[in-house]
Amino acid sequence: MIYFDNSSTTKPLQEVAESFQTVSEQYYGNTSSAHQFGLDAEKLLRKSSQQAGQLLGVGEDEIIFTSGGTEGNNLAIKGVALAYQNRGKHVITTAIEHPSVLESVRSLEALGFEVTVLPVGESGVLDVDAVSDALREDTILVSVMHVNNELGTIQPIKAIGQLLKNRAHTFFHVDMVQSFGKIDLSLNDCSVDLATISGHKIHGIKGTGLLFARKGIRLFPLFHGGGQQNDRRSGTENLGGIVSLVKAMRVMTEQKMHHPDHFRNLNHLMRIELESMDHVIINTMNDQADHILNFSIPHFKPEVVLHALEKRNIFVSTKSACASKKEEESPVLKAIGLPRNRTTSSIRVSFSYQNTEGEVELFTRALKKVIQELNKVMG
Amino acid sequence: MKEPIYLDHAATTPMHEEVIDAVSTCMRETFGNPSSIHQYGRQSRRLLDEARRTLANSIHAKEKDVYFTSGGTEADNLAVIGTALANRDKGNHIITSKVEHHAVLHAAEYLETIGFDVTYLPVDENGIVDVSTVASHLRDDTILVSVMMVNNEVGAIQPIREIGQLLNEHQAYFHTDAVQAYGLLPIDVTDLMVDLLTVSAHKINGPKGVGFLYSQPAVSVQPHLFGGSQERLKRPGTEALPLIKGMEKAVSLFKNDLAKEYEAYRTLFLDQLNTLGVKYSINGNLENASPAIVNLSFDGMNVESLLMNFDLEGIAASSGSACTAGSIESSHVLSAMYEQNDERLNSAIRFSFGLANNEGQIKEAAKRIANVISRLQ
Ligand SMILES: Cc1ncc(COP(=O)(O)O)c(C=O)c1O
Ligand SMILES: Cc1ncc(COP(=O)(O)O)c(C=O)c1O
Repeated sequence: MIYFDNSSTTKPLQEVAESFQTVSEQYYGNTSSAHQFGLDAEKLLRKSSQQAGQLLGVGEDEIIFTSGGTEGNNLAIKGVALAYQNRGKHVITTAIEHPSVLESVRSLEALGFEVTVLPVGESGVLDVDAVSDALREDTILVSVMHVNNELGTIQPIKAIGQLLKNRAHTFFHVDMVQSFGKIDLSLNDCSVDLATISGHKIHGIKGTGLLFARKGIRLFPLFHGGGQQNDRRSGTENLGGIVSLVKAMRVMTEQKMHHPDHFRNLNHLMRIELESMDHVIINTMNDQADHILNFSIPHFKPEVVLHALEKRNIFVSTKSACASKKEEESPVLKAIGLPRNRTTSSIRVSFSYQNTEGEVELFTRALKKVIQELNKVMG
Repeated sequence: MKEPIYLDHAATTPMHEEVIDAVSTCMRETFGNPSSIHQYGRQSRRLLDEARRTLANSIHAKEKDVYFTSGGTEADNLAVIGTALANRDKGNHIITSKVEHHAVLHAAEYLETIGFDVTYLPVDENGIVDVSTVASHLRDDTILVSVMMVNNEVGAIQPIREIGQLLNEHQAYFHTDAVQAYGLLPIDVTDLMVDLLTVSAHKINGPKGVGFLYSQPAVSVQPHLFGGSQERLKRPGTEALPLIKGMEKAVSLFKNDLAKEYEAYRTLFLDQLNTLGVKYSINGNLENASPAIVNLSFDGMNVESLLMNFDLEGIAASSGSACTAGSIESSHVLSAMYEQNDERLNSAIRFSFGLANNEGQIKEAAKRIANVISRLQ
């Protein structure tokens, strides 16, 4: 099996599964309980926050554990917007954000917020000047993803951070769901105020994640209730999930350190092969994230290609998993102005640290065969 | 050190070993994203549908009316705030009770801050809401009534079916937080006439961080989270399949006679305390309560020193809900049941039974409690 769909979701690591199991067996207390079972659980929760903080270079009290990327993005955006609406009601984001950002931002419009959705142009990379131009006195939040999930473009987080650094009233949120553990981002150097991570994209468990929220930032809570996590996220903490998330973060961080060229090598190899193929047009520009490679095979239905590859035990995706059913056109490819024959025929390959060069070779060979066969059928 | 005895199952329960297996197996074998169209995705989708069916069956509901959430708190928030916001054109009034879990109470208080009118129903000295009180507060502009099925502090069972009947002809939707009832009391959403119902897995030996909201199709609910199109747009986010499979397993392990088993524990526990001459009074009424929860006040004692000493003796009990995040505040539930300076408020301890217990432990627990009480006297 060749699994090249790691941006949709990843296989939990053995260590992650073991962490979950151990915690579930040994620490079943409620972190809010005052007895030994609760105190043990609470201690483990603290330790997890500390470790997550260390891995991100931030403080333990800046970590909020969530149920995943969607909740993290909603909490960051709605949390800041509702807490600071007295300061201003303008929010900036980009046209290629994940729906959990875009729809959260749009939901604010009903509450009287004004939303600027910046286009990204043909490169798929946001122009920092566009952010600068869009900023207003009443802008309270800018939300820009680090790596785009469909195209793999890397956004200029550092430059935007610089731009916003001296604006005390404008917070900066970054969706790091697709980049954590693969592409460096220093939350401090980039002056990021809020950042989202999802467990299942980094070989953790689905339904786990965290939001980094810089100290001092008030967040209006999404959920009201027991006041867990310093009143920022009510609900009994999923301790097993939390410990396993931190484990996944640690393993990813180590792998990035030990295999800094892993994704580049896979990407180069695949690019060379794809470039030599008739019918294939690569959509992801050079020098973007190496673990995501998006290409189109115009005139072929991407689902047909996907299933033909699947028959050969190779798994890719046609567009982001959340959007798989509704629209025919990829909204992200559309946003960068690609013609319809490319926006409706795209295939996304996304790598993990477990993938190998051998797999890339098998894949490209299989893809050539698939294209040949389909050409024949279409005559 | 003495073997600790866990008598705090209403705060959370240990995961059943078969549940841990189910979660682990799912992580190993079915890791696809249910939204992916390839076989890994389809396999995940199949398991997700299967779980939804099991859970729907457990409350005699239809599959499509079950929405997975990250737990009881999220489901309560979605039910209370989501229903209120989506039905504002029909009215501005909401009814709930003074003894709800904070997930409902604080959600209702939030609604007040944005202009909703909320009535918090009183309870009797057993912690029970009277149906006639619901009736007398019902108005033409009432859009939602939220009353829990079993109270988490004293175990009081609320007259859900009667309230459901009362509301049958009224526009108001009826939500019940069934977190503490699920698995112990029979639940049939049609028979109970509830429109929305909350469940949390970690109270039934399932995983933490997962639960579901039942919502019948005619109820419009404004989503709390925005994003992908999962859970028919009511609750976006990649589905937490391993946790959901764990919850499904926990439900498949439900036993019909569980209530009897816990009732036997409760009877044994109180008998032992009596035999050992411990002076206590019961908060609430045993006839109309979950057998898994018993809340006792120890005359002349104080909660903090009781809890500390119980803990030293290896008895894990609680002062009420675990969810007041570590602080020992006086219970809003007992405050609603009793006069303001009732002695019983200062010495109330909740004991709750479950999977971690056996008969021997219950006897041993009573013995240790008796020791603590006589020492503190
Ligand atoms: C960029 C990005 N942000 C957010 C999410 C949502 O994360 P989750 O699936 O954990 O809710 C995803 C994945 O679905 C994503 O790719
Ligand atoms: C009655 C009741 N409702 C809701 C909840 C909240 O559920 P969760 O801990 O899954 O958020 C609890 C427990 O904490 C509860 O006892």
